[in-house]
Amino acid sequence: MANLSFPSPRVLPALIGLLALAALMAVPAIAPRAVTQDLFGILTLLVLAMNWNMLAGFAGLVSVGQQAFVGIGAYVMFAAVILWGLDPLVGVLLGGLAAMAFAVPMAFFAFRLNGAYFAIGTWVVADIARLLAGQWKALGGGTGTSLPKGTTKDMFGVPLAKDLLHVSSAAAADAVTYWLALALALVMLVASYRFLRSRSGLGMQAIRDNEQAARSVGVDPLRLKALVFLLTAFGTGLCGALIFIQITRVTPDAAFSVQDWTAFVIFVVVIGGIGTLPGPIVGVIVFYLLQRLLADYGTVYLIVLGALGIVVMLFARSGLWGRFSALTGIDPFPLSHRPPAPLRVTASKASLI
Amino acid sequence: MTLLDTLVQGVLLGGLYALFAAGLSLVFGIMRLVNLAHGDLIVMAAYLILGVTSALGLNPFAAVLIAAPVMFAAGWLLQTYVLNRVLGEDILPPLLVTFGLSVVIQNGLLQGFSADSRKLAAGAIEAQSLALGPISVGVMPLLTLISAVVVIFALNRLFYRTALGRAFRATSDDAVTAQLMGIRPQSVFAIATGIAMVVATIAALYLGVRSNFDPSIGPARLLYAFEAVIIGGLGSLWGTLAGGIVIGVAQALGAVVNPEWQILSGHVAFVAVLLLRPRGLFPRAND
Repeated sequence: MANLSFPSPRVLPALIGLLALAALMAVPAIAPRAVTQDLFGILTLLVLAMNWNMLAGFAGLVSVGQQAFVGIGAYVMFAAVILWGLDPLVGVLLGGLAAMAFAVPMAFFAFRLNGAYFAIGTWVVADIARLLAGQWKALGGGTGTSLPKGTTKDMFGVPLAKDLLHVSSAAAADAVTYWLALALALVMLVASYRFLRSRSGLGMQAIRDNEQAARSVGVDPLRLKALVFLLTAFGTGLCGALIFIQITRVTPDAAFSVQDWTAFVIFVVVIGGIGTLPGPIVGVIVFYLLQRLLADYGTVYLIVLGALGIVVMLFARSGLWGRFSALTGIDPFPLSHRPPAPLRVTASKASLI
Repeated sequence: MTLLDTLVQGVLLGGLYALFAAGLSLVFGIMRLVNLAHGDLIVMAAYLILGVTSALGLNPFAAVLIAAPVMFAAGWLLQTYVLNRVLGEDILPPLLVTFGLSVVIQNGLLQGFSADSRKLAAGAIEAQSLALGPISVGVMPLLTLISAVVVIFALNRLFYRTALGRAFRATSDDAVTAQLMGIRPQSVFAIATGIAMVVATIAALYLGVRSNFDPSIGPARLLYAFEAVIIGGLGSLWGTLAGGIVIGVAQALGAVVNPEWQILSGHVAFVAVLLLRPRGLFPRAND
């Protein structure tokens, strides 16, 4: 009975999480459109960050080529709308699938490379994808193209959101993409947690910590790494396509930008705490605050962001969340498995041991 | 005949890429450090040379003599106070620190010098060319290739004929045992990065004289440099020259077919070589 009056430490974070989620879902109905758009940017950055965190923080695959999946997602979504006359949201799904399909040959090449070679190899492959996108003449070649005016007006779910919120079509389209970004972030968070708590997830963390030891107990590193690489390519591609519905214009340089879709993402994860689930969330908040505080000083926020990333790597490798968690013991997404309980030993006997 | 001309131009272009790559290859070979800021450091050196030429009214070739020691000091400080702290079993920290450095340098240069394209003015030599049999070659591209060969020859002499080079090789093979023999790996690494920055300054000279540069072009140079290093094989300096030439020739051939395919064909050559020879053409070290 006592348990009911004192919520266990797991219940409180869950309650806070549910309240935050409810508030986030209500944003398009209660907040100005600019807030919805800002939050859309934050949520999509978070999705990209969670995907990269899975790759680098948990699977040990330090990719610098994630912009390939963002760009492919964006380009295929544009092709679906402009060339094939499909709904943009169908395009988003196709974009994610295309990114995952591209990840297959990319993995065949990049997985032959170890560690640092892998980082450079993925970067080169992403640059190849950028150059090939520039050859897609039907989508404007090197200068890119725009979504036809009014595309998002008839997008799936927009008329419904329009009636629901009593707003313009443009605002309703913002709301729909925002909810999709929120759903993507949530699914990503829950799926990551479930996966990392699973047998496969445990095996993957074992590989990261000591590949030989993990192999010796029967974990297959290649299969697990390939699985994570393909799934994160899918997530990154979906997110990239969604981002470019909002941007409405695609060029090879913007869609395959290493700075926008990989560098920022890496710093977000590193500053927040690589290899922790809440890390990307903390990192995204820091990123947003920096961007806001230093908005008047051009690219200074990028210098600060890079410098902060370096400082974190030098002095606090587990990032802001890792430090916080280590100091307070708070961890709403515990990934460690408790060992079997030892035999009870009384205090006097324990002191003998 | 045009094919021969293209091949020669490609080889000469490869000299420039080998210069980009030589410093990277040295550092990579000695301490397994992947410096993702190498391209931006080259661009930074180009701005430094530009600053010296405009402040003192010197020719860029003379300005290098002032810029190179400054870059050596910068490399030494960078290695001593930042990179030495993150070297280790885990490859993530050095990658992320140098990636951070890359973004800091790029945006720092952007703040300081704006996004405008700059160029180093070296006078009449830029436009001169030599007739070599049936084809004519520019003096600057030829000088670039000769410099690349000289730099790599000098680095090889240093590596295999001097006490410092012996320390480099010993630390590279087994840092712990080297330490027992009285070598301090930390200071060996600092000197190596300093030397790499001197080579980067020479690369910056040719980059700046031959074409326009702006703060954003570092990452692309890094990719060419890395492709050259990896194609050549880890730890082989002559291999790096060969790798640079492979990239240069591939780009020149691609550009003949379609100017938009220049960079693409360099990347494709890199992928093709790695698929056939995952450890590069002339691998020395096991890694």
